[in-house]
Amino acid sequence: MSLWAAILLGALAAYLTKLSGYAVPARWLANPRTTRVAAAVTVALLSALTVMNTFAAGAGLAVDARLASLAAAALALWLRLPFLLVVLLGAGAAALLRAWGV
Amino acid sequence: MPAFPAVLRPATWTPAVRMGLSIAAATGLYGVSFGALAVAAGLSVGQSMALSLLMFTGGSQFAFIGVVAGGGVPSAALGAATLLGVRNAVYGMQINHMLRPRGWRRWLAAQVTIDESTATAAAQEESAEQRRGFWAAGLGIFVLWNLFTLLGAVLGDALGDPRRWGLDGAAVAAFLGLLWPRLAAREPVALAVLSGAVTALALPMLPPGLPILVAAALGAAWGWAVRAPTAPAGAEEGAP
Repeated sequence: MSLWAAILLGALAAYLTKLSGYAVPARWLANPRTTRVAAAVTVALLSALTVMNTFAAGAGLAVDARLASLAAAALALWLRLPFLLVVLLGAGAAALLRAWGV
Repeated sequence: MPAFPAVLRPATWTPAVRMGLSIAAATGLYGVSFGALAVAAGLSVGQSMALSLLMFTGGSQFAFIGVVAGGGVPSAALGAATLLGVRNAVYGMQINHMLRPRGWRRWLAAQVTIDESTATAAAQEESAEQRRGFWAAGLGIFVLWNLFTLLGAVLGDALGDPRRWGLDGAAVAAFLGLLWPRLAAREPVALAVLSGAVTALALPMLPPGLPILVAAALGAAWGWAVRAPTAPAGAEEGAP
């Protein structure tokens, strides 16, 4: 599958998912179990994406400057800083360590 | 739609419009980080814009480029993005219940049904305010998110080596920032830790992109099996 095909199919799937909430009978989605599965899938995926982006290196794992990004972001979030600042601090931490040759 | 003329005259903004527009400004701004990360992951400016205009759900867009940046095949990126968008179906049901949009408004409402617009609508008491809050946040974010994606993509393109600027670290921070507000209770924290550990174990063993889908399956099984502490006993089985 080409990148463009994945983008367009992904966009279509995203729209149809949103639309399905308006189309299907409310009782299907009003089921508390459906809501819990959707919330749990979201948490599991975001956690997996965080770990993958921090440690993945080719076909293995590596501990490098990105770990400082994770720590800086966690500190910024704990201090309730705005999202954009969290992202900038994450970038800054990795850039700084790399400039020092880590 | 009374929200639109009101948006042009700040004196007439109701609390819901004000809330929607401030959320739009805050959310729209981090479109810069999405645009920059998308081109750093190897997407063109056009591909980054296609994601923001057409997919338009931040978590899924970040997931898509996160898998691509990790070396995953496009179909794995598609899978991760689609699974992360499943919660929007639940939001669609809530908005449909609150606003009952009809005709073309329903098709438009579906596209701007995301975390922030649903949260803005749900935070209002009155039905008219729910409608104003939803549209102000949804349309405001759509406009700003796309403008700032373009800015970020063009800037990212000009920056050169993304690692030198720590853009891979920015992606780490962005995902943690998306996860953070969902960790308010002990149960999601436990799931996040388990999912992170399983991902770390699976990364060296499975082809790129697949560990993310394993984590999604784990999340689905968890949501299916674990009873929410707030749910009254037997509520889900005995529901009519």
